Amino acid sequence: FDTSAPETVDPSSVPQPKDDFQEELVIRPLHSGDIYASFQFRTVWETDFMRGNKVSHYRLFPKSLGQVISKFSVRELHISFTQGYWRTMQWGQPFQPSPPGAELWVWFQDSAECKVYAAGCVDGTWKELTNVLSGIFCASLNFIDSTNTVQPSASFKPLGIGNETDHRFLRYATLPREIVCTENLTPWKKLLPCGSKAGLAVLLKSEKLFHSSFHSQAVHIRPVCQDWQCKTTSWELRQTLNVVFDLHNSAQGKREWSLFKMFSRTLTEACPLASSSKIYIDITDNPQGEQFEVSPATPLLSQAVVLGDRRTFSVYDLTQQITFGTVRSLNLLIRWKSSEGDMLRPLLHAERYVAGYGLQTGEIHTLMYNNHPYRSFPVLLLDSVPWYLRLYIHTLTVTSKGKDNKPSYIHYQPSKDRLRPHLLEMLVQLPPNSVTEVTVQFERALLKWTEYTPDPNHGFYVGSSVISSLVPSIVAMDTNSTRERPLFSSFFPCKEESSYFVRVYTEPLLVNLPTPDFSMPYNVICLTCTVVAVGYGSLYNLLTRSFQIEEPSPGLAKRIANIIRKMRGVPPL
Amino acid sequence: CLSERRRGQLAALSIAAVVIIVGVPLWWRTTETYRAWLPVNQINELANLQLQLSADVEVVFARGTVTPEQQKKVPTQVVISLCLFCSSPLEADLSLHTLSESPCGSLVVYVIPESSTLLPEDVDVYIGQRRTALLRIGAQMRVGRTLEQLLAHLEPRIKQVLQVMSFSHTDITAALSDRVRLSPGNKESIADSMRAFKSSPGYEITFSLLNPDPKSHRVHWDIEGAVQTYIQPLLTKLAPLANFSIDSQTLYYAMLGVNPRYDSSRSAYTLNSDSLAHVINPVEARLGSNAASSNPVLNFLLYVPDAHHSPLHIHDHKKQEVLSNAFHSPRWGGIMVYNVNGFYGPEAVFPVDININMAKVMGVFLAQLRLLLGVQSSAPPPGFLVAPCSSTGLADWELDRLMWSRTVENVATATTTITSLAQLLDQIGNIVINDNIAQQVSSAVTSLQLAVAELEAGNLGFALQYSKEAILASERAFFDPSLLHLLYFPDDQKFAIYIPLFLPMCVPILLSLLKIVSEARQKRRERQAKKD
Repeated sequence: FDTSAPETVDPSSVPQPKDDFQEELVIRPLHSGDIYASFQFRTVWETDFMRGNKVSHYRLFPKSLGQVISKFSVRELHISFTQGYWRTMQWGQPFQPSPPGAELWVWFQDSAECKVYAAGCVDGTWKELTNVLSGIFCASLNFIDSTNTVQPSASFKPLGIGNETDHRFLRYATLPREIVCTENLTPWKKLLPCGSKAGLAVLLKSEKLFHSSFHSQAVHIRPVCQDWQCKTTSWELRQTLNVVFDLHNSAQGKREWSLFKMFSRTLTEACPLASSSKIYIDITDNPQGEQFEVSPATPLLSQAVVLGDRRTFSVYDLTQQITFGTVRSLNLLIRWKSSEGDMLRPLLHAERYVAGYGLQTGEIHTLMYNNHPYRSFPVLLLDSVPWYLRLYIHTLTVTSKGKDNKPSYIHYQPSKDRLRPHLLEMLVQLPPNSVTEVTVQFERALLKWTEYTPDPNHGFYVGSSVISSLVPSIVAMDTNSTRERPLFSSFFPCKEESSYFVRVYTEPLLVNLPTPDFSMPYNVICLTCTVVAVGYGSLYNLLTRSFQIEEPSPGLAKRIANIIRKMRGVPPL
Repeated sequence: CLSERRRGQLAALSIAAVVIIVGVPLWWRTTETYRAWLPVNQINELANLQLQLSADVEVVFARGTVTPEQQKKVPTQVVISLCLFCSSPLEADLSLHTLSESPCGSLVVYVIPESSTLLPEDVDVYIGQRRTALLRIGAQMRVGRTLEQLLAHLEPRIKQVLQVMSFSHTDITAALSDRVRLSPGNKESIADSMRAFKSSPGYEITFSLLNPDPKSHRVHWDIEGAVQTYIQPLLTKLAPLANFSIDSQTLYYAMLGVNPRYDSSRSAYTLNSDSLAHVINPVEARLGSNAASSNPVLNFLLYVPDAHHSPLHIHDHKKQEVLSNAFHSPRWGGIMVYNVNGFYGPEAVFPVDININMAKVMGVFLAQLRLLLGVQSSAPPPGFLVAPCSSTGLADWELDRLMWSRTVENVATATTTITSLAQLLDQIGNIVINDNIAQQVSSAVTSLQLAVAELEAGNLGFALQYSKEAILASERAFFDPSLLHLLYFPDDQKFAIYIPLFLPMCVPILLSLLKIVSEARQKRRERQAKKD
């Protein structure tokens, strides 16, 4: 073998890798005493998955996801698994919103073969894709079929580059029943270049993460611009994990948090493959340190505009050895001094419930709150309701402040039994400082006995409503998408300075359907057979028996007399 | 009164008739499972199939190998003058190839005179890179006077050539060994057949660079270029056999499953051959399955040991270092350990940039790939000289050899699949056989028959094509989900459901029939008695 080739090289001759990995953790102490930790891992790769281009050599980007993008011509893929419900009024807006259960939305490329027969072609690909993803993430995504898939016309626009807005290439589905646990976290961690061996990912121990009030993990894949002119495109894989630890459950009621207390681990190094590895602690509400203190202290401060607000963060750069100090380990400590102070009320939030009684009809109420004191803004409401709740769309009412509020845009697609769900999208203007109520009545359908879930008396889930909106911003938003920014502030692209994008999910609904007794089919068969047999028996008797007139039998005295006469040998009477 | 009795009997009889003529067939029809027609006879014929393989061998005599009187009897003038200016057999081989293009599966044997200097002294047979062989005519072969005698003399040699270049008995038994129980052959050929991947319409080849220590080593490999240079030519050559797709990935913090032992005498870490079996499992969890297809995956791992466990050497059974520092796992792939500690000094600043010498790596992987694909390089019999590998890494006749055994294997696989499916369907009457399954089964049977016929005719290319189609169709029929639907619907439950209807209906009918019969019998007895 030829070993004369130079094997070590000076760094200048090494080709610049075309992929880049960043990791960061944002910790936001919440006024309720809970703590919110948000992990973001971003891999950006300068490559082209578009137009059937075959990509086969992977470095930092995970091969399994790359193959999925290539095979199914995916333009954008967003998948999230969430356990628990995000309490907007207590915790504020999350960095990446997600509904309880599993959510999957995918934009497909308008490849040549799918152009003509878009619907059928994309439907087939979608079915295959959900099956493959359920294998990759160990989740029951294979339960996604045409009865819970919709094609929203306005609510889910592509987050990456691309002006494709033909919603025939979009598929959206939620599984509100999906339970998220360790088996979903392990494959998610495996997609990271450093796995859970180094960097921030060592903190992701499942026994702690799932012992929390809220857990949400997500994967977002989209094409992004490489530079300001957007001459070349890159593919971005963003893996996010949001978790809220409960004050009473995880901290035994003491308002004191540390990395070790949250994750039962401390940090000793950054992932060697990461070009940036940072921890941000939100200290906006704590400028002089009167609310809580953070130790070890860091001289680095950073300001970022996120969710319409300018926030200040303490920054810990893990790529610098000095961050770990003399003990070579970083265990951040946040100790609350006072429990006073109030959170800024989120400008937009929503809730939903089912009203009505009995098992025949009901009414869905959706409440949307605009807490802005003087600005009104429009919101897009998306509702996807399963077919077995038959919506009476003529009963749809939208009221704000006691007055009728006419939506400026309504897109309604009625359901087809066992084929597709209802899709209701509308654009509603929310007046300032108001509650807008959307109600619609429905009727419960009777299912076939094989269509019931194994525990039908638990009820049937209806996925969260999605409310998307451009909320007026207090500070000017940053519209330059390529500038170096913390990852958590760069997820939703920002088109104008005066407003920012927010997506809010309501609670999923749990609706009882009329549930039969499941031994019924056998009972029905037996009863019918018995009835038929009884009817048949009498008919048969009528037809086959011959009837004869019989002499009435003689009385008792006469019979006894006859016996005596017989004994005497005299002829009977 | 009698006519009344008669009417009752008639009513009972007609009800029984209606039940038997209308009711029972109606019930039978409505509860019957749909079973499409299957070509059972042809499938049974397949079960005891006689395979006959034939290869075209063309024997060409060079000038000076046949006497004039023998030459007269040669039907056409195929005697040619053989490359006068060639000095080496390689050149002769190439020039002969341009002379005649032989189709896939056939052979051309050129008989050259004893005095020819083309071949070295002790070599009688030279096997080229294409489908040609040079055969030196021996002195004792020239004794025959007629052409037939000459050919009879040549026959054993040509048989040997055929066994090397096309197929031998052991090849075929090895190909069949998984499907058909045969008398155990020699151990080596069985091991050979177990090493190679099963025949499949496609393979995924994955190269993985395992870097357990990215803090110390920043490893770069030009896999794209290496695949283009070393692997792609071989795969292009193998394209008629199967579809191949190649990808690569880099895995960080991927550890081997065993802790290597430190050997102070060599100041190196060693992996013993008996611990190699435990290396793969923990690594495999990181490799990830192929999301985009269900073809078998061939894994090739390049392991760069971490700085604290370098250098790492693999030792064989005799405690000797393995030169290539690599090993392969049958039907799984290969692993190569690539030590990099020699390329930087003790004062190096970590992380060190390291460029991998792809020529060295790909040499090992290519050899492993050949083994795993079943390209056998068994030692030729004495007196044979095999041409060196061409740039594609595979001679034409090696491809043919592979195609022969793969075709036989495909035919055997498809046959067992179809016969076991037919057996299963025969045994369990409850399974619904849809039309599409019947169609797949018929097309598999047709393709199989065609493949067998083409094998007999010696058309290797067509035979392989048909055998592939047969495999695809038979697997599709066998794994069709509709076959599972009624599998667990036992008869006793079915009858439990019908009994509430059947029992009350049938008992009166039976009773009245019995009564009618006994009355008729009694009447006849009375008539008999009256006669007497």
